[in-house]
Amino acid sequence: MLKRIVVGLAAPVLAIVIAMLITVVILVVSGNSVSGFMTTIFSVPAPRNIVNIINNSSVLYLSALAAAIGFRMNLFNIGVEGQYRVAVFTAAAFAGQGWLPGPLNVLVAVLLAIVAGAVWAAIAGVLKVTRGVSEVISTIMLNAIAVSLTAYLLRKWGGIVGNSIQTRALPKDSWVPGIPLIPGAPNEVLGMALVAVVAGVGYAVLLSRSRFGFELRATGASPTAAVASGIDVRRMVVTAMIISGGIAALVGLPLLFGDTHSYGTTFQSGLGFAGIAVALLGRNNPVGIAFGSLLFAFLVEQSSLLEINAGVSNDIVSITQGVLVLSVVVAYEIVRRYRLAAEQRSVAEQLAPAGAKQEVAA
Amino acid sequence: MTIANDVFTPDLAPAPEGRRARRIPVWAWLLAAFALISFARVITGSNEVDSAGTLREAITAFIPIALAGLAGLWSERAGVVNIGLEGMMILGTIGAGYFGTFYGPWQAVIAAMVFGAIGGALHALATVIFGVDHIVSGVAINIMAVGVAAFLADLWFSGLQGGGPTQSPPVEGPGAINLPGVSDWAEGVEHKHWFLVSDLASVVGTLTRELSLLTVVSVLLVVATYFILWRTSFGLRLRSCGESPSAAETLGVNVYRYKIYAVLVSGALAGLAGGFIVLVGAGLYQNGITNGRGYIGLAAMIFGNWRPGGMLLGAALFGYTDALQLRAGGGAVHALLIVIAIVLLAYGIFQLRKGARVAGIVTVVSAVMFALWFFITKEVPADFTRMTPYVATLFVLAFSAQRLRMPAADGQRYRRGEAG
Repeated sequence: MLKRIVVGLAAPVLAIVIAMLITVVILVVSGNSVSGFMTTIFSVPAPRNIVNIINNSSVLYLSALAAAIGFRMNLFNIGVEGQYRVAVFTAAAFAGQGWLPGPLNVLVAVLLAIVAGAVWAAIAGVLKVTRGVSEVISTIMLNAIAVSLTAYLLRKWGGIVGNSIQTRALPKDSWVPGIPLIPGAPNEVLGMALVAVVAGVGYAVLLSRSRFGFELRATGASPTAAVASGIDVRRMVVTAMIISGGIAALVGLPLLFGDTHSYGTTFQSGLGFAGIAVALLGRNNPVGIAFGSLLFAFLVEQSSLLEINAGVSNDIVSITQGVLVLSVVVAYEIVRRYRLAAEQRSVAEQLAPAGAKQEVAA
Repeated sequence: MTIANDVFTPDLAPAPEGRRARRIPVWAWLLAAFALISFARVITGSNEVDSAGTLREAITAFIPIALAGLAGLWSERAGVVNIGLEGMMILGTIGAGYFGTFYGPWQAVIAAMVFGAIGGALHALATVIFGVDHIVSGVAINIMAVGVAAFLADLWFSGLQGGGPTQSPPVEGPGAINLPGVSDWAEGVEHKHWFLVSDLASVVGTLTRELSLLTVVSVLLVVATYFILWRTSFGLRLRSCGESPSAAETLGVNVYRYKIYAVLVSGALAGLAGGFIVLVGAGLYQNGITNGRGYIGLAAMIFGNWRPGGMLLGAALFGYTDALQLRAGGGAVHALLIVIAIVLLAYGIFQLRKGARVAGIVTVVSAVMFALWFFITKEVPADFTRMTPYVATLFVLAFSAQRLRMPAADGQRYRRGEAG
């Protein structure tokens, strides 16, 4: 048992060590201060920073979940980026009108956002099952189209605020209040960060306790075996894409309802790609993703002081993140090979009669 | 590792066999397209549609996309999917920016290729040696490259005259070809705005004034790629790794080695694409200057059915719409709507005569829609033009996925000795 845990933890720990090592090498080669980097990154975050870390990781968590559900059946939804943009624009455009009173307005806006995100993702799913178009390519295309489309709609219907174009601000009664979770912090945890917790639990239950989840994992493990056992793979692909897009739709909403209160050209982008990285880091496991998103959010938040404290460009952190993702997958591969070899060895040992030496074919 | 598409193929129409239509040669198609654009220019009066200025811009936009597509071609022909093209291009831009600033233009070209190849080496290490999923590795390389480039830019260019933490000082590109006698004469003819003649003159004018040597090198690289991959035994072996690595293995091909070569070349070409943007396109390095062109290159390659000729066509299409928007604005793009309408109408009638009723009607209706769009509006919003390459790729994939055929083992994991 202990051995299993050690082997299971080996890969992530190995990856973090590799990522840190490479970061340090880059710092040394570029003549930057390693100690300054280390003390800044591993300092204890102030209450204000803790709140930021929680907020960022909740958003990353949703994004990673959206990517992970596709990954579980080997469906590469690279399009979380576009899906959350389309969704958050829809929500902002609707809620900004203030047609409905407070909470009802929020609820309908969220539902509309989910529909928008799901439809955007479904395009890729339908193209895959009816026309055989690879979802990797179609979602990349859809990302770019989403950027242009929202930019166009924003230009058409948005108003100019300062130097950005924005949708009409949400009425005050539709703002989702924050949670004063961390004592002594001047800022609050986003109210809709709780959605991430709910989505995480829902994902875990769906995946390991439902028939759909079983079929999803079966399809991922072997599409041909899944077809043979009567699973409708086409339907699974479209459903998985719709769910993925629906979760992706939630990504921007905590920020919209709790922070920016409107969608504009300055709305945070890049969350979709970061989510993919976090999903890979967390091995598509709901708990693993939670750790992954906390780690990413932690690195980003701590790096904001690098420039001032240590004179190191905070871009170093995106190198760390990229190396982390790559080294995690490489580390898992190495551990997998090690396990396989260990298994073969132990089987060989048990099969060989005691005392007699036998040659075992590889 | 994505679900193999053949799980879904049973529903797709089988490729028509037997009756083979007589092939219309490529040059005839190009000539027809050229005449159509000239026609649109004359009837709409948008002379910017194919002015020498627009074409020059179009070449500048076309080459990086074509090089990225070529990079994708090398890698995917050997069976390695390369989503990391964008990242390798970014590495190329920073390499070109640094060596362009401190050394010279040709050193910058070499540096761009070397930096790109480093990204390729990483991709090869992850996918070929460690057997990591190709898309995962590509995504990671893209994230990493953004960080590496921004970090190095801050380190190298901060405080330089004309530079800053996010951009390099202006860099000089490699020399250009000028034939003043010819280009001046061509410009004179171009300004007469004659049907076909002036269009031809603007092409001549474009090719004889300020034609960057790097553009020439890039075109030669495309030709060289075709010959290496399709006319040599090295190319045959390389492509066999993309089609059936286990079969290649039984014939004694060292699959790992060929895949690594391919991905290294791919990285170098992607790096060159980035270098071209810095040295010829923008004249300086800037964070985020590639702006997703690696993905467009990938799209151009798929658009072109994993073949160099088709890839060039896709890249030209994307580069041209891009340039037209930049150079001439929504008015000139608007003139193209009528071209699209005519092409769609012709294709729809062709389909109807062939007996494909539903497809034919859909095509004709969309032709009418484009014509209506042309007559009702005055210009096309910039956001729509920006979408064009992506929407076009989606449509091409959706309507001709049956005829597109990617290398059979593309993106699949291969381990030596595991052949069944």
